[in-house]
Amino acid sequence: MRWFWVDRFVEFKSGESATSIKNVSLAEEHLHDHFPGFAVMPGSLILEGLAQTGGILLGEKNNFEHIVILAKVPKIKFHSFACPGDQLRYHAELIESSDEGGRVTCTAHVGERLVAEAEIIFAHLDNMDESMSQSIDQKNFVFSMGLMSILDVDTLSQAVNTDS
Amino acid sequence: MPSEEEILSKVQETLIDALGVDDDEVGPEATLVGDLGAESIDFLDIVFRLEKAFDVKIPRGELFPENLASKDAGFIKDGIVTLEGLDELRAKIPHADIDKLAADPKVENIQDLFTVDMMCKFMVNKLGS
Repeated sequence: MRWFWVDRFVEFKSGESATSIKNVSLAEEHLHDHFPGFAVMPGSLILEGLAQTGGILLGEKNNFEHIVILAKVPKIKFHSFACPGDQLRYHAELIESSDEGGRVTCTAHVGERLVAEAEIIFAHLDNMDESMSQSIDQKNFVFSMGLMSILDVDTLSQAVNTDS
Repeated sequence: MPSEEEILSKVQETLIDALGVDDDEVGPEATLVGDLGAESIDFLDIVFRLEKAFDVKIPRGELFPENLASKDAGFIKDGIVTLEGLDELRAKIPHADIDKLAADPKVENIQDLFTVDMMCKFMVNKLGS
């Protein structure tokens, strides 16, 4: 399995907001253990999907020049569940951004139903104090490890849907 | 410009939200790291929230200067902040109570400069200028 917790972006307003979708599938191994007889997507992975949506939103604003890492989740509230067959819709709004990082507020919905809402703070690891920035390989491991291919899905989907 | 009471109240609200502390913990003398448990990333969070609450831009390092105790700075000898170091701190963070540090200038006391009152003084200067 690969660490993609978003399937596709459906809307992207540079520096402002992004909306993505995640289709929950029974093919995902962990749903058989979480929980036996009650398959629901783990909240931590919903948070990861929100963070990937918000993190790419922040990264794109700076042309993916910074190493964007999830630094802090000041607020997260789960209101409901997402189970196999559901399509989660993640929406993130960029509230603050600076050289050091950024802050997003985000929501996860299945249809009209609110599943989770959160506030996430990202840090630019390459711009943190010396002790931190020296301890990492300067290569941008966040955006160079394939996460960006989520954006290719969008292009692919547009092409496929236009042809048909 | 808001009154000093209004500034204190907004600063306290900011800390309650950012650090998840109770309102009776954020008295003016409370230290951010020692009393309120702030960690490095929290300072970024706090700055974001202050910018929003007061509608101002706070450049990096202006409110919470970084690397104050770094070896390269040369202001620390045998775990004690030197007189030059104290002068440097006065220049760098005029909103902090350096005299209090001067009374017991151990390196580990540097972090106690970051108090609720220090944040309020910073905001008063910032909004007044």
